[in-house]
Amino acid sequence: MIDIKDLCKVYLVGDERVRALDYATLHIYPKEFVSIIGPSGSGKSTLMNIIGCLDVADAGSYRLDDLPIEAYSENELAKIRNEKIGFVFQSFNLIPKLSAEENVELPLIYQKVPRAERVQRVKEALERVGLANRAKHLPTELSGGQQQRVAIARAIVTRPKLILADEPTGALDSKTSQEIIDIFHELHRQGNTIVLITHDGDVAKQAERSIHILDGQITEVTL
Amino acid sequence: MLSFKMALRSIGANKMRAVLTMLGIIIGVVALVVLVSLVNGATSSVTDTISSLGSSLLTVTVEDDKGYPVDMETLNEWMAEDKVGLIAPYSADSLTAYADGESGSITVYGTTPAYYDIQGLQLSMGRWLKTADVENNSYVCVINETAAEELIGYVDCVGQAISLDGVKYTIVGVLAEEENNLTSVLTSGTMAAYLPYPSLQRLSGTVTRELTSFYVGAAQGGTVEEAEEAMTQLLLERFDQDEDAFEISSQNALEEAMSSITSMLSVMLGGIAAISLIVGGIGIMNIMMVTVTERTREIGIRKAIGASRGTILTQFLMEAVVLCMMGCGLGIFLSWAILQIINTVVASLDMVFYLDTGVVLLAVVFCFLIGVVFGLYPANKAAKMKPIDALHYGG
Ligand SMILES: Nc1ncnc2c1ncn2[C@@H]1O[C@H](COP(=O)(O)OP(=O)(O)OP(=O)(O)O)[C@@H](O)[C@H]1O
Ligand SMILES: [Mg+2]
Repeated sequence: MIDIKDLCKVYLVGDERVRALDYATLHIYPKEFVSIIGPSGSGKSTLMNIIGCLDVADAGSYRLDDLPIEAYSENELAKIRNEKIGFVFQSFNLIPKLSAEENVELPLIYQKVPRAERVQRVKEALERVGLANRAKHLPTELSGGQQQRVAIARAIVTRPKLILADEPTGALDSKTSQEIIDIFHELHRQGNTIVLITHDGDVAKQAERSIHILDGQITEVTL
Repeated sequence: MLSFKMALRSIGANKMRAVLTMLGIIIGVVALVVLVSLVNGATSSVTDTISSLGSSLLTVTVEDDKGYPVDMETLNEWMAEDKVGLIAPYSADSLTAYADGESGSITVYGTTPAYYDIQGLQLSMGRWLKTADVENNSYVCVINETAAEELIGYVDCVGQAISLDGVKYTIVGVLAEEENNLTSVLTSGTMAAYLPYPSLQRLSGTVTRELTSFYVGAAQGGTVEEAEEAMTQLLLERFDQDEDAFEISSQNALEEAMSSITSMLSVMLGGIAAISLIVGGIGIMNIMMVTVTERTREIGIRKAIGASRGTILTQFLMEAVVLCMMGCGLGIFLSWAILQIINTVVASLDMVFYLDTGVVLLAVVFCFLIGVVFGLYPANKAAKMKPIDALHYGG
């Protein structure tokens, strides 16, 4: 599913070169629930941005679903993100002007799904995260946990091959966090591939497999 | 359609700002529509008045005689045609008139007896020019009342002499001033004298034997249209079938002058209004730049979940265009209201001002273009953002 080899990413901060990714190599298989864990600044988000086709590496190769990602144009990458990947961010990243259901509907609009089908799928997605009764609410009218659930609904509404979550529980208390993690477990049971990025060992342990990252290097893989 | 709805929503999210932004467009549209409608309304009311004076003559101007200049004999041949009535050549020059110690600038027309009937003139004293005057190059002239009063001091001056550029002419008649005669209206207040055509030719350096302008009247019992048709045929025959060699029009001079003045006025006012519309467009661009910056993060989110460059471009372009078109609509409505108010205020003036469809259409097209032109830069800026940078903008 994900095939990463010798990936490098260097940031220039002033005169200093920061190796955010240093020959990182990893594989993730279909229907896996993998966590990527590492301390702050270790390169987790950098890795996630590249896996999510939001950014490109300086060197190395990345194949998603056997597609050589480096070869695609910006618009083609947008299409790949739209069809294959569902994002869940630490800061929710909902559009504040749009209601919960409109936020969830957005990726389907970009896929040009017909209206009737959109309505049906948005309803289903919101039901799966237990928010069917909050469909008309604006993000500001929802709690942090609820907002993150809307974001998850938005990520799964396109039925993506891969769900990418960057510290999805980072902004939530431990009880709400567990509820969110439980949703991921549920999604995993239903056959989704999930990559969960976190710096919290307790969260990471709940995945089938953990990939540890430190200073841009993959240090160990635990089962 | 969906991007239209989205545009309406983001405009609706900040109504006060939207209205303030639109203000520039609204003012521009009102300026354009109201001013042009006013000019057109005034023009049509004036031209109506002019047309009611009647136009029963043709004006012919020869632009290129192709080596066959028109002279008196030619006119006589043409006058013999069935559908053609009287033909009178005319040319004019500005000379200095002198009489009894008074002097002044006078417009002198050189013509033939037919001029009197074609123009429908009236004499208050004496007689009009005769064929004999033309054949003998007589030193006679007919002057208008203004000239009589200013040079001689009284109207009853037949038989007196005036000098035009130093040459003595005997006054044989004085034209009456009439309010419903065009020539009278045109020349009232200025001094005018009428000489036999050859006499003016001798007097003035600019008037030649070749006739380049003449009036043509309708034949007895015929119409001006028939005369125009017949004259066009005759002129085409003479000038190698070249339509550009001459100009023939049944519009009278005043109408022509009016229409050229008003079309110039329309263009000028329209231009000023267009400038204010462009200023409005810059306002739109400015606010769109702010919007794009404010919504950088939203752009990042949209791109992350799959919006292409084109989608983002369309979204922001649509917003700019919708903003412009709303301003345009409000402006047109306001213009209509203003014209209604003007109509009630000037009801006594016998003028009615309508919303001019042409200019409304122009305003709509222009606003649309402004929306596109001034929306393109901010929209493109939004579309070009890198998803990763936009997503992390401002934290
Ligand atoms: N846009 C950038 N410009 C410069 N340096 C960057 C940029 N993004 C990340 N870095 C650097 O790259 C390194 C890895 O950053 P990254 O965001 O991947 O860490 P992280 O593991 O996600 O940390 P955290 O747990 O705090 O989110 C850090 O040293 C960071 O300073
Ligand atoms: Mg991070």
